[in-house]
Amino acid sequence: MVIKVLGPGCMNCQKLEALVKRAVDELGLEAEVVKVSDYADIMAFGIMSTPGLVVDEQVRIAGRLPSYDEVVKVLRTPAGL
Amino acid sequence: MDVFAPLQALSDWLTYGLFGLPEEGRLGSAVAFFLYDVPKVLLLLAVVVFIVAMIRSFFPPEKTRKYLSHSKLYVGNVLAALLGIVTPFCSCSAVPLFIGFVESGVPLGVTFTFLVASPMINEVAIILLLGLFGWKITALYIGSGLLIAITSGIIIGKMGLEHWVEEYVYQIRMGEGVELPEQTWAERFAYARGYVKEIVGKVWPYVVVGIGIGAVMHGYIPDDFLVKYAGPNNPFAVPLAVVVGVPLYSNAAGVIPLVSVLTEKGMAMGTVLAFMMAVVGLSLPEAIILRKVLKPKLIAVYFSVNAVGIMIIGYLFNVILH
Repeated sequence: MVIKVLGPGCMNCQKLEALVKRAVDELGLEAEVVKVSDYADIMAFGIMSTPGLVVDEQVRIAGRLPSYDEVVKVLRTPAGL
Repeated sequence: MDVFAPLQALSDWLTYGLFGLPEEGRLGSAVAFFLYDVPKVLLLLAVVVFIVAMIRSFFPPEKTRKYLSHSKLYVGNVLAALLGIVTPFCSCSAVPLFIGFVESGVPLGVTFTFLVASPMINEVAIILLLGLFGWKITALYIGSGLLIAITSGIIIGKMGLEHWVEEYVYQIRMGEGVELPEQTWAERFAYARGYVKEIVGKVWPYVVVGIGIGAVMHGYIPDDFLVKYAGPNNPFAVPLAVVVGVPLYSNAAGVIPLVSVLTEKGMAMGTVLAFMMAVVGLSLPEAIILRKVLKPKLIAVYFSVNAVGIMIIGYLFNVILH
């Protein structure tokens, strides 16, 4: 699983990264967490507002900071369901 | 507002009862003002920001971008101004938002209308104005914000300044924009709650300082002091207010209490509104952020067109409200 946290570095993006790392830890997932800060790379995912959460190249959350529970829910649920 | 009467009573009791300050004194006046306005403003903020966040959860910028893509002049500007009010706008998103709009075929002028309307017609400003001045002034603020956003966008659009946008902006590919699943009500509530915490957390120092300054003016500066310098008879008051306001950066909440005291001390309403719009709508940090996507000449045009628009509104209202 490759998890990408999209954001140029504002507070919310950093908070999201922390939440994701915590979730990966507590769920015991085999996942790589990558921070994407370049605007062109972020926008290539089709979003304009950060922070963004991408799991295995699929955008799951964009434009807001989710709660920890929501992050867990996203990481547990494969997309397309 | 009657709802706040108990708060007024509490602050009066604390100031004159508990702290024992003299009733007619300037210190007492300033302290009572402060103790009443700080909790009132913060409370209003929390309630209103929550409601607005709920509304905004229905308007992600990706949706707005679709609505405005390839829109026509005039209609597009009006739509952009209205959507600017309801689309959440955080300054860190200003750059990708601008790029995304331009790249999907939203005309430059329409994008600018959105950029002006979004921060200026701000739910925080609206509710606080409503609480302090009532419907008429609030409607004036919203109306003039829309007018300035639409007009300046149309003007900039007609000037054909696309070559003053940084080139790389036109190279970025964003594609269709992603379709995200609709949020559940629980998720919307969580979002709204988080947003309130974030806004109030960010804004309360400005509120305290803004009200602090206002309290000092309320208590220590004699009524009508400003009439001589900034009242309706001074033709330079409006441009001065705008020029002072543009580089200042404050969230709408911090400025509002100042605004109420300025009017109280005799500054003409049009001048005060112009000042407020200049502070909230244009700022140095915003110019710095926009530098990433706009060449300096375009930033200068953007700021000048809006500053002039604000000044015109200021003069207009000084005339009308007399």
